Amino acid sequence: MRKKVLKRKTRETLVAWSFMSIWAIGFLMFTMIPIFTSLYYSLSDVVLSGEGIVVTFSGFDNYVQIFSSAEGFNFLRSVLDFSIEILFKVPIITVFAIIIAVLLNQKIKARGFFRAIYFLPVIIASGPVISQLINQGAATIPVIEELGFINFINETFTEGLARPIGNVFSELIVILWFSGVQILLFIAALQKIDTATYEAAMIDGAGVWESFWKITIPSLSNMVLVSVVFTIINLATFSENEAIQHIKTNMFALETGFGFSSAIAWLYFLVLAVILAVFFLLFKGFSKDRGRR
Amino acid sequence: MKKINKTKVRHFFMGKNFNDGFIGRLAIYLLLIIIGFVYLYPLLKMFAYSIKDLEDLVNPTVQWIPTKIYLENYKVSFIVLNYGYTLVFSLLVTLVPAVLQTITTSLMGYALAKFKVRGRVILFAIILLTYLLPIQVYMIPRYVLFDQLGILETAWAIILPATFGQGLSSAIFILIFFQFFRMQPKALDESAEIDGANAYQTFIRIGVPLAGPAYLTAFLFSFVWYWNETYVSSLFIGSDLYTLQLKLFNFTSQFNTTQGLSEQALNEAIRYSATILIILPVLLVYVIMQKWFVEGIDRTGITGE
Repeated sequence: MRKKVLKRKTRETLVAWSFMSIWAIGFLMFTMIPIFTSLYYSLSDVVLSGEGIVVTFSGFDNYVQIFSSAEGFNFLRSVLDFSIEILFKVPIITVFAIIIAVLLNQKIKARGFFRAIYFLPVIIASGPVISQLINQGAATIPVIEELGFINFINETFTEGLARPIGNVFSELIVILWFSGVQILLFIAALQKIDTATYEAAMIDGAGVWESFWKITIPSLSNMVLVSVVFTIINLATFSENEAIQHIKTNMFALETGFGFSSAIAWLYFLVLAVILAVFFLLFKGFSKDRGRR
Repeated sequence: MKKINKTKVRHFFMGKNFNDGFIGRLAIYLLLIIIGFVYLYPLLKMFAYSIKDLEDLVNPTVQWIPTKIYLENYKVSFIVLNYGYTLVFSLLVTLVPAVLQTITTSLMGYALAKFKVRGRVILFAIILLTYLLPIQVYMIPRYVLFDQLGILETAWAIILPATFGQGLSSAIFILIFFQFFRMQPKALDESAEIDGANAYQTFIRIGVPLAGPAYLTAFLFSFVWYWNETYVSSLFIGSDLYTLQLKLFNFTSQFNTTQGLSEQALNEAIRYSATILIILPVLLVYVIMQKWFVEGIDRTGITGE
């Protein structure tokens, strides 16, 4: 009797899923089910008792509590600070990364050395290391404080704005430390530009400056989007970020617990999604504008 | 004669374009060095301060170069961090997840790149979503799950999700492997199939050996990110088993509870030396494998089609 031969397509599907099975099981167990559970927790009153967890559905109580309790206000304030800071940090990091990438893409000696230097912070920038540097005052150039720049910010802006903006400048170097991966992304994009394009532009009489704005920058536009998304996610999940610290501290706080923490986590994700959408739309407008010219 | 010289000189300094002349070059080097110095200023300051003794620390004339190399700070930090033991545990919750996560994500990336699976688009959407969705959203149920499994406050709480491709930045690694395996010529797989190899043999004999750079890059990044991660590990590993990063985070209380240091006062030099001890392992890896980090991103083709 002949062995039953499966259709090639069926066989391929089976083989593919055997490769993917470990990931798929993990996704179900450690990600998908937790996501739905967390959604349910956020709509419930979760009480830890001796026998285990007691979950009772309570509708939007937790979400109402965010906007009506001290813990909620603290969280909302740090989310607001984070949102304002990110509006500054993302452009700073992106522009810095582009500048360094362009410099590193020149034909210079010791290129590998410089590239290694500018990538170094990615290797060492953990939450505790960064917070040690900030606490010991090593995270910014002394000049910024000596020139009274922070005072200037405090006097110019209202308190709600001055705090996040002041933070940005008092941690300036450490913020730039978040640009290591983006620099590499931009270098890769720069190297994909055909040198013939520059030569053609030169023959037509374009200088370095014009070539930079008319050839280099437009060809980086796709990578800018990738870099911006990476930057936002990276900053949003950085362990020293105050907003996500609230999620953890509220987990075991008496007044709040798992339900409330889940609710603020989801709210945080919502804010993050809005920030991503805003940058996405801003960017789309920008590249459309470029295309028209 | 003189005129030719003039253009030559001009060319030497200004170049055909600004950026290939002498002045342009000089400007590029200067910019790179100055920005590089500012960029590494926190690190340099940390190194300089960590070898200062008390006298140098309070002496305002001693800025960058201490009058003598004072290693006592490192000795104190070494004791406070319980360095030897903590290092071993830190490596356990860094190396093991990094290796396992690399293997699982490579299987996933391979499947997505080589087989026509129905719903591939949905799978990609899911993977992208897991990248965009911060872990904070689903870590509480994970915490409950690990509690029920009885693996909270053990290394398993970190290792298990990594094993199943749900660890730190797993999505990025899947995409790296997907890009890399997709670039491998299909003809190789076909010829292996004609020679009678099944899909698994093709993967192990052809796919994996050709993907060496992708594996190394994924492993290195995974290693570094796990080393630096503290948010989730502080929740899952808890207070009994500290990693080096968590000890640094709680350095003040660690310092105060360490016996036999009562005559010492905690100063910034000790803090800096502790910080350096924490970054030392990854720094060493970086010095040796630097090329793989920097070029790896290029080589794996994550930067686009």
